[in-house]
Amino acid sequence: MKKTYKIEVDCANCANLMEDAAKKTEGVKDCSVSFMALKMKVEFEDGADAAEVMRRVRDNCRKVEDDCEIYL
Amino acid sequence: MTQKQKNLLIRILIAAAFFAPLFLISEGLAPVRLPPAALVTLFLVPYLLSGHDILRKALRGIKNRKPFDENFLMAVATIGAIALGEYAEGAAVMILYQVGELFQSYAVGKSRRNIAALMDIRPDYANIETESGALERVAPDEIPVGGIIVIQPGEKVPLDGVVIEGASSLNAAALTGESALRNVAPGDEILSGCVNMDGALKVRTTKEFDESTASKILDLVENASTRKSKSEAFIARFARVYTPFVCYAALALALFPPLFSVLAGAAPRWGDWIFRACTFLVISCPCALVISIPLSFFAGIGGASRRGILIKGANYLETLSQVRVIAFDKTGTVTKGSFSVTGIHHNSMDKGALLEYAALAECASSHPVSRSLRDAHGKPLDRSRVTGIRERGGEGVTADVDGVAVAVGNEKLMERLNLPYKSCHCAGTILHMGVGGAYGGHIVVSDELKEHSADAVRELRKAGVRKVVMLTGDAQAVAERVAAELGAVDYRAGLLPADKVTCAEELLDACGKNERFAFVGDGINDAPVLSRADVGIAMGALGSDAAIEAADVVLMDDDPLKIPEAIRIARKCMRIVRENLFFTLSVKAACLILAAFGVANMWLAIAADVGVMVLAVLNAMRCLMVEKL
Repeated sequence: MKKTYKIEVDCANCANLMEDAAKKTEGVKDCSVSFMALKMKVEFEDGADAAEVMRRVRDNCRKVEDDCEIYL
Repeated sequence: MTQKQKNLLIRILIAAAFFAPLFLISEGLAPVRLPPAALVTLFLVPYLLSGHDILRKALRGIKNRKPFDENFLMAVATIGAIALGEYAEGAAVMILYQVGELFQSYAVGKSRRNIAALMDIRPDYANIETESGALERVAPDEIPVGGIIVIQPGEKVPLDGVVIEGASSLNAAALTGESALRNVAPGDEILSGCVNMDGALKVRTTKEFDESTASKILDLVENASTRKSKSEAFIARFARVYTPFVCYAALALALFPPLFSVLAGAAPRWGDWIFRACTFLVISCPCALVISIPLSFFAGIGGASRRGILIKGANYLETLSQVRVIAFDKTGTVTKGSFSVTGIHHNSMDKGALLEYAALAECASSHPVSRSLRDAHGKPLDRSRVTGIRERGGEGVTADVDGVAVAVGNEKLMERLNLPYKSCHCAGTILHMGVGGAYGGHIVVSDELKEHSADAVRELRKAGVRKVVMLTGDAQAVAERVAAELGAVDYRAGLLPADKVTCAEELLDACGKNERFAFVGDGINDAPVLSRADVGIAMGALGSDAAIEAADVVLMDDDPLKIPEAIRIARKCMRIVRENLFFTLSVKAACLILAAFGVANMWLAIAADVGVMVLAVLNAMRCLMVEKL
């Protein structure tokens, strides 16, 4: 399952860091963050609960870049 | 500017206004003298004013245990400078760093909006007619399939649908990049994203908003930037090692040279080396490197979409720039996919008269070949002149026109009627004519090349494509003629869909190391080959879901000239990406070397950092300019 989320982040490298953080989150199979389009495309593991995984993704992203936002 | 940017600008301006007189005093250029302690305290005002958020974020970074956070590095560098007594430099670097941040955020926001404006095909509203007859504006996603909407002149078509009332002309420039008007009348299908030019139209929608052409295209282009190119992956990997590397180098620079000096019995000069290390930290932020690459791709994809070329990912833009071998489908790709009269030979009477006989005899048929005869004749037909029409299955038609016996058909028909026909060397469908019991000549009907097909092949060769191959299911003779007209391209004729895949694989194998193979098809029956090629290009995809699904690059109109144009756009974009990579990397490297030897101070380091970013961003925006390529 793939879903796209709108995000808010200030710099290009921070977007890359967010991508790394999201990829390492449990339940996320793959993730791609576009700094230009301000979008995060997440592919979930089979059977993962998207809403719950995304809360974890947001927490992990906040750890690397504290003023980022993911609109769930 | 957003509120956030405005606040930052005001802070920078106030800090700079504070900083300027203090700088003059500290340099001894002003007639006022201040005790050093007062000067330090005063310099802290612009420093904290411009950099308080950086310092706060740095503290939070330490708490989250991420040592290579750029805010933290900036804080260490500037505090280091101030501690070493370089107050002016510490404050100035912080102000300039914020100027860079502001510029970056402004430029990125601006290019986002520019590109969004280029793709301004998203309709904002749809009109529905209320019971009183007045028009009401509603959000287009509220209209169900089968709903009736009204489109006024000058408005965008919000949803795909069928015209049920009114006539007008539509401009599809926003979708195809070419400003061409198309007349529509009741019964015609229309696509969202077109602009209604003259008359009001009443339309019954056939798709929901999210499924409509305009939404799909926008979605595709916006999502394109999440498919990353190799260059983007490279710079992301590079950024990951760059910052730690520079930081460790800074640490080494602060420790080893002074220690070696002590061992060698010389003065350690700690302050000097620590200052150089702080300069390193200023250059350690990778943002200027990282920003210009996705920005270039984003602008390139946006610019291409403006020309009716939809590229589904930054990676395909990269592949497209390396295309050296191209194969394409014939019917519908380089030919119009419709028949027309291309020759009349051995005619015993005037060509026009022969054509009229043929058109009249075939007037009852709806076959594309018959239609091409009527189109070539071009005048209205009086059907009462024709009697006794007989379809002879597999052979042709016989009829009496104005009392004259007319036979139109293939060689079998001529043989059965005992007419001595002359065979034709032309490829295509040959219609032999018998008129009044004698052979009247033959008419050649064939599929015509598109207007720009031959030009496109020439342009492709000029763009460095070394092999152009046509793959077709059509007969050898037809393929040979079309290939010759295109300018002596290779061809493979009589292919079944599965054979096309085999051919594509052969061509893929024939590609060199840095050569890529593209296939151009009409997207409906060529899906397997489109997905097998390095980059699949679908033609004339306006409204065809299958094509948008299967291909990597979608050309919105039928024009084959868009293929070389797409390659040129991709090349330009890649050139700019490489320029930016080389430029930013070499400036950073030069700064590091100069700083290590104590030639560059912090001023130069931050100015180079901000300057290089400004230039890279401006250069990236050139990707948008695709009009004259």
